[in-house]
Amino acid sequence: MPLITYREAIRHALAEELTRDPNVVVMGEEVGQFNGAYKVTQGLLEKFGPKRVADTPISEAGFIGMGIGASMLGVRPVMELMFWSFYSVAFDQILNNAANVRYMSGGQINCPIVIRGPANGGTNVGATHSHTPENILAAHPGVKVVVPSTAYDAKGLLKSAIRDNDPVFFLENTLLYGDKGEVPDGEYLVPLGKADVKRTGKDVTIVTYGRPVIHSLAVAELLAKEHDISAEVVDLRSIRPLDIDTVLASVRKTGRVLIVEEQKPFCGVGAQLTYMIQAEAFDDLDAPIARLCTIDAPAIYSPPVETEQLPNPQRILKAALALLD
Amino acid sequence: MSKKPSATIEQKTAALSAHASASVNAALTKEQRIELFRQMVRIRRFEERSLRAYQTKNSQGGSNIGGFLHLYIGQEAVAVGCCSLMGKNDHVITAYRDHGHAIAVGMDTKGLMAELYGKVTGCSKGKGGSMHYFDPSRNFWGGHGIVGGQIPLGVGLAYGVKYKGLKGAAMAFMGDGAVNQGAVHESYNLAALWNLPCVFVIENNGYSMGTSQARSSAGSLAKRAEGYDMAWGQCDGHDVYEVRATMDKFLKLAREEHRPSIVEIDTYRYRGHSVADPDDTYRSKTEIEEYRRSKDPIQVFQAILLAEGVLTPETAEQIDTAARTEADEAAAFADASPYPTVEDIQKDVYWETDNPAQRTSEGRLFFN
Repeated sequence: MPLITYREAIRHALAEELTRDPNVVVMGEEVGQFNGAYKVTQGLLEKFGPKRVADTPISEAGFIGMGIGASMLGVRPVMELMFWSFYSVAFDQILNNAANVRYMSGGQINCPIVIRGPANGGTNVGATHSHTPENILAAHPGVKVVVPSTAYDAKGLLKSAIRDNDPVFFLENTLLYGDKGEVPDGEYLVPLGKADVKRTGKDVTIVTYGRPVIHSLAVAELLAKEHDISAEVVDLRSIRPLDIDTVLASVRKTGRVLIVEEQKPFCGVGAQLTYMIQAEAFDDLDAPIARLCTIDAPAIYSPPVETEQLPNPQRILKAALALLD
Repeated sequence: MSKKPSATIEQKTAALSAHASASVNAALTKEQRIELFRQMVRIRRFEERSLRAYQTKNSQGGSNIGGFLHLYIGQEAVAVGCCSLMGKNDHVITAYRDHGHAIAVGMDTKGLMAELYGKVTGCSKGKGGSMHYFDPSRNFWGGHGIVGGQIPLGVGLAYGVKYKGLKGAAMAFMGDGAVNQGAVHESYNLAALWNLPCVFVIENNGYSMGTSQARSSAGSLAKRAEGYDMAWGQCDGHDVYEVRATMDKFLKLAREEHRPSIVEIDTYRYRGHSVADPDDTYRSKTEIEEYRRSKDPIQVFQAILLAEGVLTPETAEQIDTAARTEADEAAAFADASPYPTVEDIQKDVYWETDNPAQRTSEGRLFFN
């Protein structure tokens, strides 16, 4: 199977969907002539022209709202946020209009929009550009939230997201854009809401998503080699819909759970998971549920210290060993 | 600072020929003119009936209508004039004072009243309420609660029309209180930059809630268009002919040349911002009475139609009686209708869960 980057996988998904459906348009800041701030959309303007790949002004509330309005008429916009951190200036459009319009109209209006872009820390850009809002987004019924960790998943999930008739928020990671993975040549879809067991194990379940999946897999390897511990790594891939059944099946097998998320702890995705695991698999737990998050403060700039604020292999290893102690 | 009527009924009637003779009005048949009048009366009576329902208890001693009720009384000529110009590819979106637009695009008043009552027979199944009326089958896209939040969506409707190669326009309505919101200015810029067929309609009733225009907005509202290199206009919103003559020009600009514009329409609301509004802290009763006496859009148009010989006092009376009956029947229908059930709460959230046979995603969508 060809090895391509996470960035290329997303680009291929966009190109295939632009080719398949004339209602798909790609819009955002610098997506066209500039070839994308992170080069995800490189070459798309040249291939599809300015009607299908449109540069917007720096105007998130305006252009995201415009995309939502267009989607109500049956256009299928794929809007790029240069950083998901900029969602705050379009909050009303995203979470009042896109999330609510179907409900408030009694089901008369659909909003088939995708909003995509990176949402991560670790790039030393300070607190304003390092938000990970998947918990905040997923707290709104009416929306779907996807966080891919590999090139294969990114492509298949984005294609599913574009074909979905509900608003889908797709959270990428700038530190994964260059990571290569095996991606088949032909067309395939990865359904939203289906977790992926990225490594099987029997002693402990690490539930995670996004870039911490990569760290958790490295830690699982270490745990096996140096500590004779067999860790299972469950990649949620999608936050809402949530494949809690795959998580529960793993917990029932291992009896121990470590949740790893690049999120602040308060009201984070792990808080919801913890509630659901104890509610549905209490008797299967051999230890309290453990959780490793980003250290609870705005994202620090200082490069070596930011690494320590985020989940990293050392912190994950320590948390896993403490859970198994 | 108080608001003053720009012209009186007497002056209007004497000077009506200028707008009556505009081609878009001259072309109207007698029946079409009466229909404009009828729609304005129907809106007025619907609003008065809904106010009565709001202020009275139902047979169980509870409220007929909950939450807010923003009445359109006094502004009828704006929605009726604008929506009467709609072709099949024209679209409308507005804010929370949306009852007039809903009636003007042809929505059934029974469903509208039932929505106020929170009944399952309401136009949004009791899920939206007064501020959130929708009817996409009539190109009416709401009904939006956040001041100015609907305007980017209006630009999106215009974008959609143009993207699909259709000859149409979007009318994005807002009040004078919305014009200082950032999303509105972002929308102006996008529409002008991309040549989108959008007419931004500012219904200037003089007050953003309880704050007069003089206390909230610097400069002219419509003229801000010049900064975006957009066309703009202003008109008297108490005369439905003038509204039509003005809007016709800007809608044509949008449909035929993909040029957006801002049109500021001078109007007045007789009731408070919402029913709960005390209405005596920011304007005088004398001011309201002056508008009622000299500028009432229904009285203005009735005077015009009587002068034209299109309407007789008897026909006007019949139209009014029928509108009152229709509003009473809508209230009776709403009262007799059932509420949605608790099971209905989680319907209409996702397309997928409402169409389970076509669902492609997996996993849990609801967290109870």
